[in-house]
Amino acid sequence: MQVDWLFALDILPTLGRAALLTIGITAAGYAISLALGLLLALLRRSRHRLVRLPVAAAIEAVRGTPLLIQLYLIFFVLPEYGILLPAMATGIIAIGIHYATYTSEVYRAGIDGVAAGQWQAGAALGLRPLQVFRDVVLPQAVPAILPGLGNYLIAMFKDTPILSAIAVVELMQRAKIIGSETFRYLEPITIVGLFFLAMSLGAAALFRALERRLRARAG
Amino acid sequence: MLEFLPILLRGAVVTVEIAAVAAALSILLAFVSGLARLSPAAWMRRGAAVYIELFRGTSLLVQLFWLFFVLPFFGISLSPFQSAVLGLGLNIGAYGGEVVRGAILAVPPGQTASATALGLTPRQVMRYVILPQAVLRMLPLWGNLLIELLKGTALVSLITVPDLAFRAYQLNQATFRTAEIFTLVLILYGLIALCIAACTRGLERYFGRHLGARARV
Repeated sequence: MQVDWLFALDILPTLGRAALLTIGITAAGYAISLALGLLLALLRRSRHRLVRLPVAAAIEAVRGTPLLIQLYLIFFVLPEYGILLPAMATGIIAIGIHYATYTSEVYRAGIDGVAAGQWQAGAALGLRPLQVFRDVVLPQAVPAILPGLGNYLIAMFKDTPILSAIAVVELMQRAKIIGSETFRYLEPITIVGLFFLAMSLGAAALFRALERRLRARAG
Repeated sequence: MLEFLPILLRGAVVTVEIAAVAAALSILLAFVSGLARLSPAAWMRRGAAVYIELFRGTSLLVQLFWLFFVLPFFGISLSPFQSAVLGLGLNIGAYGGEVVRGAILAVPPGQTASATALGLTPRQVMRYVILPQAVLRMLPLWGNLLIELLKGTALVSLITVPDLAFRAYQLNQATFRTAEIFTLVLILYGLIALCIAACTRGLERYFGRHLGARARV
């Protein structure tokens, strides 16, 4: 089988548009996971066992089971309660929640890594606990948190094709549609693979450079 | 709810079969690529790096689709089960390659120096001194990777392998008792994940004791 370069060129604009959508889905889902993950991390550090233990159990349950099943569950169950969302919104929510359980662990490790004396010093200066957290602890935790968050951004990006299972027409689904219409899967799916490869390698290089700069500034 | 169990369990058996074969393949690939990345021969290092970056840099689902839909264009037709095992094995093997490399590099260099001073050949140093310590170090990470592998097996339903996720989807289309079915399925996946976690913890204890006993002799 020969690669049909003209066909590949022909489908490139269509795939390009779908790729933009994939990037948009990742951005929206990542925003959810960053915010929800921080909330989960704080709840997991709560003084009250009735908050801490259920949150910890929920995080482990979501982290230990497949995203695809969680996606189906949300996609098919929400309408039963009268909540009708477009497939895309459902997908973004599902992937955002799934990765929030990962980012929450990154936050937690970063926050735990800040020396306990910092909390005491902040309190001794008369700051309220929230102020200590926001102005003293969190800025110091950032360098430890960033690499982990970066890894999960890339991981999440690579998981967006799973949304094709609920017929979100992102990049993978678009490639499959092209394949089923033209009976040529070689070019569309290979292009999708190359796109993910280029984006992941590019992002990884970017994060490494960012990390180096952060470390240079800290050191 | 329990009337769904026999059909779901049939799917769970397929899931466990795929996970087991893919795990064996990925461990093999991880050791080959991880050791190759530390090889003195440049072509081995480069080949392993290309394999690892290629499979870590693209999506598992894209890899599965590529094996399932594109390979036939090159005259190689794999069954859905074969595509599933190969795709998962190659994907997790690439992540595992980095785990193996990291664990070997984490063994203190003094170990190599003293083993060499005792007159062991480089191959013997790796086999009897470095690898046993590295395996102990990498076990917790393998526990995480194998859970990722289990979660990844759900995607094989999208290339028509009748696994647990596939049966759940089918049952849902037939009965529309969504919440019950998918909750049951999540519990089943959770149970399999617990088994994997228990196995790796057991192995950690076993290897830990074994290594400790040898060190005392």
